[in-house]
Amino acid sequence: MLQAIDVKKYFPATTALAIGRARGWVKALDGVSLEVRHGETLGIVGESGSGKTTLAKMLLLLERPTAGSLLFDGKDVRAFGRHDLVRYRLSIQAVFQDPYSSLDPRMRVESIVAEPLRHDDGMSRAEGRERVAEVLELVGLRRSSAALYPHEFSGGQRQRIAIARALVTYPKFIILDEPVSALDVSIRAQILNLLKRLQERLGLAYVMISHDLAAARYLSTRLAVMYAGKLVETGACDAVYREPLHPYTQALLSAALPLHPSLRRQRLVLAGEVPNPMNPPPGCRFHPRCPCALPHCKSDEPKWQEVKAGRLTACHLY
Amino acid sequence: MSDAPPLLVVEDLKTHFFTRRGVIKAVDGVSFTLHAGETLALVGESGSGKSVTCLSLVRLVPEPAGRIVGGRVLFEGDDLLDKSPAQMRRVRGKQIAMVLQDPMTSLNPALTIGTQVGEVVRLHQGLRGAPLRDRVVDALGRLRIPIATTWLGRYQHQLSGGMRQRVSSAIALSCAPRLLIADEPTTSLDVTIQAQYLDLLKDVQASAGLAVILVTHDFGIVAANADRVAVMYAGKIVEMGSTLDVFNRPSHPYTRALLRCLPDVELERPELVEIGGQPPDLARLPVGCPFAPRCPERLPTCDEAFPPTVSVGAGHVASCWATAAVHT
Repeated sequence: MLQAIDVKKYFPATTALAIGRARGWVKALDGVSLEVRHGETLGIVGESGSGKTTLAKMLLLLERPTAGSLLFDGKDVRAFGRHDLVRYRLSIQAVFQDPYSSLDPRMRVESIVAEPLRHDDGMSRAEGRERVAEVLELVGLRRSSAALYPHEFSGGQRQRIAIARALVTYPKFIILDEPVSALDVSIRAQILNLLKRLQERLGLAYVMISHDLAAARYLSTRLAVMYAGKLVETGACDAVYREPLHPYTQALLSAALPLHPSLRRQRLVLAGEVPNPMNPPPGCRFHPRCPCALPHCKSDEPKWQEVKAGRLTACHLY
Repeated sequence: MSDAPPLLVVEDLKTHFFTRRGVIKAVDGVSFTLHAGETLALVGESGSGKSVTCLSLVRLVPEPAGRIVGGRVLFEGDDLLDKSPAQMRRVRGKQIAMVLQDPMTSLNPALTIGTQVGEVVRLHQGLRGAPLRDRVVDALGRLRIPIATTWLGRYQHQLSGGMRQRVSSAIALSCAPRLLIADEPTTSLDVTIQAQYLDLLKDVQASAGLAVILVTHDFGIVAANADRVAVMYAGKIVEMGSTLDVFNRPSHPYTRALLRCLPDVELERPELVEIGGQPPDLARLPVGCPFAPRCPERLPTCDEAFPPTVSVGAGHVASCWATAAVHT
C-alpha cells in the first residue's frame, strides 16, 4: 500500500533579480493525505494548478515533500536505504501524457523498454531481452517492434511502448499522468481498454491523474478531487459521481459536457477562476467561487472528515 | 432553416499540399452551407482537414506548399477565392473573424491587451483616441471581462488561460463580424473554464446573430453548442446533419464508431468499443473509402470507389456504400 500523510510541497517563488531569496511560497500541495491500495485505480481529478501533477511527482520520488511523509507498505520512504529505494522504484512506474516527448527518439524500442531493468540486478541480459518481448506482446505490439525507433510508430502505438516500459519491472503501482489526453479520439478507447485489461490480468494498482472526468470515470474505482493544493473530496468513484458532496465536485461534474444534445441542461457554471497558489484565499480555498458559501467559510478552514461511510470531504456544509 | 439566403456557401473546396512525399489532399471536396445565427461544428481527428478547411475559408493556407486548387467559397454571395489579397484583408477581422486554439501563441506577448484589441478596430473602423478606447473597453466588456479599463495596459502573461481566450475572442468580435471561426477554442482550457467559455459564446452569438464554425474533436462540445454537425475524415465530410439527427441516427460507420468509443461521465457505456487501426496517411490514401480499412461494416465496393453522398433524412447526408445500399 502506498500512503501519503499530510504531505506539503512549497516551491520558493524568486524574482529574477534576487535569485535565491524567496519572495513567497507557491503552495502546490498543502496537506494532502491519501492512500492507494493494491489492485485499485485511484483517479485524481482537478484543474490545472490543483497540485495533481506535484502529487504524482512526489509518489515517484521526483520531488521531496516539504513536510509530511510517504509510506510504502508501512515504511517511511525517507528511512529507505539503497536496497529499499531500488525496490520502490521497480514497484512504482509511470506513464506520461505525451508519448512524443516521453520516448527518446535516438533509442530503439528495445532499449527504451529495457531501461528500467538496469537496476534490477537479478536479471541477465538474455532474460531482459525476453522480458521486453513479453511486455511488448502484452501491450499488443509485435516482438519485432523492439528493433525499431519511436518515430516509426503512431501516437497510440507510442503510448503502448510507454506502457510496456512501465510494465517491464513487474510493478505493483503505475502512475498514469493524463494517459490519453494527447491521443486522437479514436485511439483513446484502445488505450483505456488496454489499461483496463492489463489491470485485470496483472493485478496492478493505478493512480490516474486526469482533467478528463469521463476518462477518469471509466478506469477509476476510487476518486480524489483536488482544488488549489488540497483534497476536497474522496470516495468510491460511483458514489462521488452519483452524489458529489463538495460544491466544487458538484460544479466540476456539472461542467462536464453532455453525452447527447438532448441532455443539454442548465449547467452550474462557476464564476471566477482558480486561485493564485502563492496567495490562496483564507478559510476554505473555494469560498470565493462557492455557490453555497457560509459566512465562516471565509475565515475557518474546513476540517477533512468522514461524512458518510468511505466518503471524506472538507466542507463546512457537513 | 429560414428562407433567407445562406451566409456562407462552400462548394467542392479542395486544398492540397505539394510536398516531397507527394500531394497531400488535406481538404478534398468539402461542401456545406451556413446561415446567419447558426453554429456548425466541424468534428474530426487530427489530420482530418478541419483546420485546413477553416484556413482556406479566410485564404490563410500556408503557401507555397499549400494551395486551394478548386471550389468556391461564397460569402454573402461573393466568391472569396476571387478576391485580391487587399480585398481579403478587409474581409478578415471585419466580416470573418477567427479564434485559435492556444491564446498563448495567438496573442502577442510584447503588446498590451488594449493595443491588440485596438489594432483591429483602428484598422477596420478607422477610430482613434477616446472613441477607440471606448470601443475596446466595450469589446472586452461584452466578453464579460470584469472592469475592462484596468486590463488595457496589461500583457498576456498577466492573464489566466480563460481570460486570454476571452481577450482573443474580444479581438475577433470587436468589429462585429458576421462569421466567427473558432478552431478548438477550449482545448487548452480547464473544465470549469471551458463551461464558462462555451456558455459565453452561445450568449454572444445569440445577441449578435453571428454564424459560428466550431472546430472540435470533442463530441461533448458538439452536443453542448452546435446546431448542425459535419464529421470529417481524411479531408472529406463523411456525414452532416442537425446535431440531434446525427446523435440519434448516426449514418456513417465512422460517426457510429466515434460515438461508441467515447467514455462518458454518466458511465452509460460500461464498455468502450474500440476503433481498430490508425488514422490514415493522407499521402497514401486508398482508392475507395478512406475509412474502409478500419470499418466494421466494410463491403467489397468500399475498396473500389469513393462512396456517393446519400440523403438519409431532412438535411442529413452521409457518404457510405453501406448506408447507400439501405437508402436507395
